[in-house]
Amino acid sequence: MTVKPTSWIGASVERLEDKPLVTGRGRFAGDVSFPHQLHMRMVRSSYAHGRLKAIDVTEARAVPGVVAVWTADDIADLPPIDFREGPNEKLAPFRQSVLAKDVVRYAGEPVAAVFATDPYVAEDAAELVTMDVDELDAVIDASLPASEFAAGLTTEPTICRQGYGDIAAAFKGAAAIVEMDLSVGRHSGVPLETRGAIGRYDAARDVLELHGAAKVPHKNRESLARMFGRSTAGVHLYEGHVGGGFGVRGEIYPEDVLVLVAAMRLGRPVKWLEDRREHMIAANHSRQQRHCIRAAVDAEGRLIGIDDDFFHDQGAYIRTHGTRVADTACGILPGPYRLPHYRVNAHFRLTNKTPAATYRSPGRYETNFVRERLMDAIARKLGLSRIEVRRRNLISPDEMPYERPLVALGDEVVLDSGDYEGLLNKALERCQWDRLEREVAERRKAGEYVGLGLAMYVEKSGLGPTDGARVNVHTNGEVEVITGGASVGQGFETVIAQVCAETLGVDYKRVRVIHGRTDRIEYGIGAHATRATVMTANATAVAAGKVRVKALDMAAQLLQTDAGQLTIVNGSVMRTDGAGASIDLGDLAHHLRPVSPTRGERDPGLAAEGWFTTAHMTYPYGVQIALVRIDPSTGGVDIEKMLIAFDVGRSINPMLVRGQLVGGFVQGLGGALFEEFQYDERGQPLSVTFADYLMPTAHEVPEVDILVTEDAPSSCNPLGIKGAGEGGVAAVGAVIASAVDDALGGKGLITQIPITPQAVKAMIDGQRK
Amino acid sequence: MKPASFSYHVPTSVDEAVALLAELGPQDGRILAGGQSLVPTMAFRMARPTHLIDINGIAELARLTAGGGIVTVGACVRHAAFDSGTLPGATGALLRKVVQNIAHYPIRTRGTFCGSVANADPASEWCCVMAALDGVAVLRSQRGTRRVPAAEFYQGVMATALDEDELLVAAELPMLADDTRTGFVEFSRRKGDFAIAMALVAYRLEGGVIVEPRVAIGGAEPHARRIAEAEDVLSGQAPGAAAFVAAAEAASAAVDPMEDINNTAAYRRGLVRTLTQRALESAE
Repeated sequence: MTVKPTSWIGASVERLEDKPLVTGRGRFAGDVSFPHQLHMRMVRSSYAHGRLKAIDVTEARAVPGVVAVWTADDIADLPPIDFREGPNEKLAPFRQSVLAKDVVRYAGEPVAAVFATDPYVAEDAAELVTMDVDELDAVIDASLPASEFAAGLTTEPTICRQGYGDIAAAFKGAAAIVEMDLSVGRHSGVPLETRGAIGRYDAARDVLELHGAAKVPHKNRESLARMFGRSTAGVHLYEGHVGGGFGVRGEIYPEDVLVLVAAMRLGRPVKWLEDRREHMIAANHSRQQRHCIRAAVDAEGRLIGIDDDFFHDQGAYIRTHGTRVADTACGILPGPYRLPHYRVNAHFRLTNKTPAATYRSPGRYETNFVRERLMDAIARKLGLSRIEVRRRNLISPDEMPYERPLVALGDEVVLDSGDYEGLLNKALERCQWDRLEREVAERRKAGEYVGLGLAMYVEKSGLGPTDGARVNVHTNGEVEVITGGASVGQGFETVIAQVCAETLGVDYKRVRVIHGRTDRIEYGIGAHATRATVMTANATAVAAGKVRVKALDMAAQLLQTDAGQLTIVNGSVMRTDGAGASIDLGDLAHHLRPVSPTRGERDPGLAAEGWFTTAHMTYPYGVQIALVRIDPSTGGVDIEKMLIAFDVGRSINPMLVRGQLVGGFVQGLGGALFEEFQYDERGQPLSVTFADYLMPTAHEVPEVDILVTEDAPSSCNPLGIKGAGEGGVAAVGAVIASAVDDALGGKGLITQIPITPQAVKAMIDGQRK
Repeated sequence: MKPASFSYHVPTSVDEAVALLAELGPQDGRILAGGQSLVPTMAFRMARPTHLIDINGIAELARLTAGGGIVTVGACVRHAAFDSGTLPGATGALLRKVVQNIAHYPIRTRGTFCGSVANADPASEWCCVMAALDGVAVLRSQRGTRRVPAAEFYQGVMATALDEDELLVAAELPMLADDTRTGFVEFSRRKGDFAIAMALVAYRLEGGVIVEPRVAIGGAEPHARRIAEAEDVLSGQAPGAAAFVAAAEAASAAVDPMEDINNTAAYRRGLVRTLTQRALESAE
């Protein structure tokens, strides 16, 4: 008889993290409180742009319960909030100060902070702070000529340029040229839990603590330590439960800095919870771009070159991400297609709106929409089907790995593996595309406005370079994995536990996963850019592998068997043939205690550290297909069918992959049909509540068919993993636009998202005239 | 998003409530019923009443009764009271249709019919019902009781005939004849949102032709109202596409729609045509 360990990788096991969440015993930022804490309330600019001549805080300071009211003068020693990737001289003048000084540049910009013993008192007092502001013209349209940001500085801090080949020659030799003007609306991550930050200075240990951290605790620790001139050993970040990250949560914002500085200077813990209205005007916005794009194609519809000038609406300041979203957009725009010549200029523009940064699938949601609109237009121009034009341009599996002289997230683009046409075929078969096309044709004849849309895309994940983990088996057999990862609700603990369990040979429920704690591990990459599973899981596998070797070695001595004949099943080391005695991992840990006489020369502890380093990102890919019906009388769009086919290389937990894809789809649908941060001509935000900023609800979301494939494991990591976190959202704007356009007759009418009923109705009326 | 401070009063009778209102109304005192509109606007500090008079503890205001040809909806009757099928007749059937369009169920268990009527949001479904059926607002103050018909009660966007010392103790709706056909359709970008426009229709047939037609439009104008032009078109006609299309056209021509950042007047006018026609087609 041969014993067989349980396989955990690839199993849709239930989530380890759910019990406290579903029993109401989670700990979100709002649940964190310390004795004697103060509450902070921000005073925000109600002007989009203006000279800040004076701020009067006398009345607010006089309110009983108010401990302090700060303006920029009170924290004049604090530098502006720096970039996560370190100093950048060129962009430095455009960073946001913690509190506005001299000029306000967006409605919602913090100009003062009130600290009081009660949150109601703080809000009452904040109302009493008055500002004397000379209003200036607001810049609302990023594609207008650049204007003045400050003396000697324009509202175009930089142009991000990428490209290769000879773009002029490409267009000279083209059989056809397709030109489009395409826009993506301003929307962003709007998690159920708004931001929150609790600062605490522990004088006994001389440690400054930030609770309510998320996403990138270790990176933020470095930034904050630099900002305050403290050693990283004297700054710790603590992540609790996080009610949604999506890119916006967990960056360093003015409020995070203020609670820490106040905790040190006022000598009491300081708590700040963002309210919903604040979230809409203070947390990072995203997405807004306008692309003026041209494609040169040959007579068969093959791309020769793409030339794109786009305007990236960064909002009022450059925050922690620097120019990352615009850079990524440049690097990822070509998608799954061969593209001999390419030139892109990203006009990185400042406007008088809330500053922008990443939102789930940054740079891809936008460019997938743009590129796929372009592919549909090429098909139309050459009289090809939308499928055929894509087939003719797809990079084939035998071209992998496919190097592109482009950069995304600071990483050279090397498409590691993929069978794009293979997935296209599977998706078409899954949804019975040919039959759908026939049905659509018949329904159109009967007068219905129905349409099919298709979008193909390449995602990116697993940004390196390096991540580590420590695996420690306790004497009761419980396994602890200490990671520098972060959980934003995606199932991080479960996935890491599964990989550890598989490698080590234990039940995944015996694995406890630590994350988001800078006091438990020195380094960590957190959870962003769909990297946690790729990087941290591979590091965990390395560490667990070392523990396994040590366990087998110790067991071999105790069982007097050769280690090569042993395996670990459900936490017990036994012979592979099942014969003889076995010993539990907990007992082995006992034998490996420092005082244990049986330990011999081995280092104490059944524990090991593992590191994983990758050369490049890995690139999952997908196909999305939608069938929509338009109500021609109202312009309303109804999604009748939706398919997401996505290749993740190797799925650790298919249930969680599916959840990521469906959840992402819902957010993508928001950007396609509903969500938009709107402004009036004076720069006043018009979308500050859920009545104005329309998130899709269960009523608006169709059943989504999910096809997860594992045809192209990554060549970048031993587990073959590619990330799934952003694959659902990435092409939804593209596919819905394609389908609505098709329903309107396939004329290329849809050039911007979100697509509103009023716009659709106007297009229908325009065609009838 | 924490309300400014206010004093909270909990009367246990209507007399006590109107006495408080007489005293506190002039000092920006407000009635709290379901709070589904008032409390969020207080959280934004757009409304900052100095006194809240909570009428939820007054038992007699929670009554929903039907008798003598009248449905009387007390001030604390929740929207959700109409989700269930207890109210008889054509009026009950109509209210069951309409209530499904009001926000979402959890909100309906808290918000009240009369709160919605008094708040007079242009997109309030109940205001459209009041207008369509010529409902009556019953207003109590220490000065006495006034019964104001809907056509006089509504005066503009969130503006009504309510004086600051008056409590809307009930809304009265006529019991429509059992053979009345009713239809209600609205359009919003998401289910449960404030409608961009809505249409409510009711009519009976006598000898195969339409009698007692009612057509009311909400959401499109500052307040819901009956559209006589559309009713005139229907009156005496056989129900069917020709009459419905003509009535929808008349309604569309008669309204003077509001504009906002996402909806032009022309778009709303088009919706009025579509929704009126659909309400007529779906009437049963």
